[in-house]
Amino acid sequence: MRNLQLHPCGNFRETYRQELTIFETDFGRLATLVGLILLFAFVPFVSSAYILYIINTIGIFAIAAIGLNLLIGYTGQISLGHGAFFGVGAYSAAILATKVGVPFVIAVPAGGVITALVGMVFGIPSVRLKHLYLCIATLAGQIILDYVFVQWESLTGGAAGISIPTASLFGLDLGSDRIFFFVIFVCFAVMTWMAVNLIRTRYGRAFIAIRDNDQAAEGMGIPIFLYKLLSFAISSFYAGFAGALYAYYMMSITPEPFSLWLSIEYIAMIIIGGLGSIPGAVFGTVFIVVLNEVLSIATEFLMNVGVTGMGITIAPLREFTYGLAIVLFIIFEPKGLAEVWRIVRSSFRLWPFSY
Amino acid sequence: MKAFRGQPSIFTSRSAEENRAELEVKNLSLNFGGVVALDNVDVSVRTGELLAIIGPNGAGKTSLLNCITGYYRAQKGTMAFNGQDIFHLSTHHLTGLGIGRTFQNIELFPGISVLSNMLLARHVHTKYGVASASVFSRSVKREEVRHREVLEELIDFLEMQAIRKQLVGSLPYGLRKRVELGRALALEPKLLILDEPFAGMTLEEKEDMVRFLMELNQAWGQTMILVEHDMSVVMSISERVMVLDFGKKITEGPPETVQNHPQVIKAYLGDAVKI
Repeated sequence: MRNLQLHPCGNFRETYRQELTIFETDFGRLATLVGLILLFAFVPFVSSAYILYIINTIGIFAIAAIGLNLLIGYTGQISLGHGAFFGVGAYSAAILATKVGVPFVIAVPAGGVITALVGMVFGIPSVRLKHLYLCIATLAGQIILDYVFVQWESLTGGAAGISIPTASLFGLDLGSDRIFFFVIFVCFAVMTWMAVNLIRTRYGRAFIAIRDNDQAAEGMGIPIFLYKLLSFAISSFYAGFAGALYAYYMMSITPEPFSLWLSIEYIAMIIIGGLGSIPGAVFGTVFIVVLNEVLSIATEFLMNVGVTGMGITIAPLREFTYGLAIVLFIIFEPKGLAEVWRIVRSSFRLWPFSY
Repeated sequence: MKAFRGQPSIFTSRSAEENRAELEVKNLSLNFGGVVALDNVDVSVRTGELLAIIGPNGAGKTSLLNCITGYYRAQKGTMAFNGQDIFHLSTHHLTGLGIGRTFQNIELFPGISVLSNMLLARHVHTKYGVASASVFSRSVKREEVRHREVLEELIDFLEMQAIRKQLVGSLPYGLRKRVELGRALALEPKLLILDEPFAGMTLEEKEDMVRFLMELNQAWGQTMILVEHDMSVVMSISERVMVLDFGKKITEGPPETVQNHPQVIKAYLGDAVKI
């Protein structure tokens, strides 16, 4: 066995193959391994039902946020329709499960694939539109899809929504939160790994090139439009996959959660977490989901202790806090929580002999 | 630092057919509204040649390059590369066919390293698909390593070993020009188009650049079109010079004849006035 490289004080690599690794040192690899072991062997068994619910929600939303970060953070194509794509995945899986009777293992990836196709259709305007204009075009997508969810009653059940049978995986009942935790986080780990791989190969490089300088990207032989569509497809696949998991987790879906508000939440997640960073998308998701919960607990608490007036006053605080968080991050740490994390890590590495 | 004395494998492994670069442009006209940028311009490039295009500011040199590389769509004319009609092809197709270029105002990706910039140019030579990329399969790994080897040879040739991991945005201007040349070479172009590679460089940087271009063109047979304002460079390295003025081709020929052509002198210095 080779020697472990923990914190080398230089570059000791000998082959080009060693340069292709995700982690620079074995320390990162070990830390991730320990993290995963803790996550799977520890977290679901010590968490209360409520905490587990929050963690599961984070897992699902993080998958979709990673997808959105591939699109906005890496490819530079702004989409305000991610919440609706999440909904398309949820509805596709729900409809496949209830009307066609497709099992869980197929319904979830199928939800992702269907959403990828829908995402590509709504990505077509990106051939001509950029920045704000593309943003508005995808906003139209959000509103159209929202409308479809509510109005196409024969398929989506309208405002009443659809209830979904309990998921089962090869005969194993996935009804409990604890078992579903494993499904969510295995998917999360695999899809995060796939996103990281995509980023470090030709596709990620092409996405970054399109974001930074599309003229030069074209000069490098990258068919820009196809790659924008590909980015929309991959991003929507992630959203749809997460949406399908969400549908199974919630057991029933209505059009309500898949509104423009959810799209904005997703954008807040990746801005706060850090644009163009996969861990950033996860940090942002944790931040936003926890913030949501803290705010609703605070509101509830104030209502219960009798300060109803104040409780009602701070109910819209959620929107306010979001806005404030985004603005503060843009001003003080435009690279988001991912950058904070990097700074913390490197100061630990230098401790106690920092200079 | 010593220059790399070996020949990068992208040149050694090239067959005569792969090296062929015959560009034939006829009667090319380009207007922007009422402004005539190019007026019936003919250009032809033979394999292994270094054609220089000169002309005063606004003569249409860059417009011509932009037409050849697909950034502008000319209104009239024909363009053929190695016998294939390329008039309607878009930029990424042309890059795939083997027309690589550098830009006048450096169009690198400033936020990523020199190596990543050059890796981007390997895009057209990369074969793997989305599925194998997402699991980072063995074939992907092998291909990435192979591209790295190709790039390292170019980095050695261009003497950029010290800066390969640096962000392009942090490099001085002269080095950026060199990185851009490296990136264009990583495309393995049959026809390399250089838009003012010497602009804004110090004398030493110019000498280095001339050395690289000479080795590429004369030792390894790289076909090139060079647009440049520095006359001493142009006259000393090119085989054929073409002069543009107000979108029209004035003359074309070996450097000595072009230099003494009365219309060229007029274009650069204006009419002689007898006092």
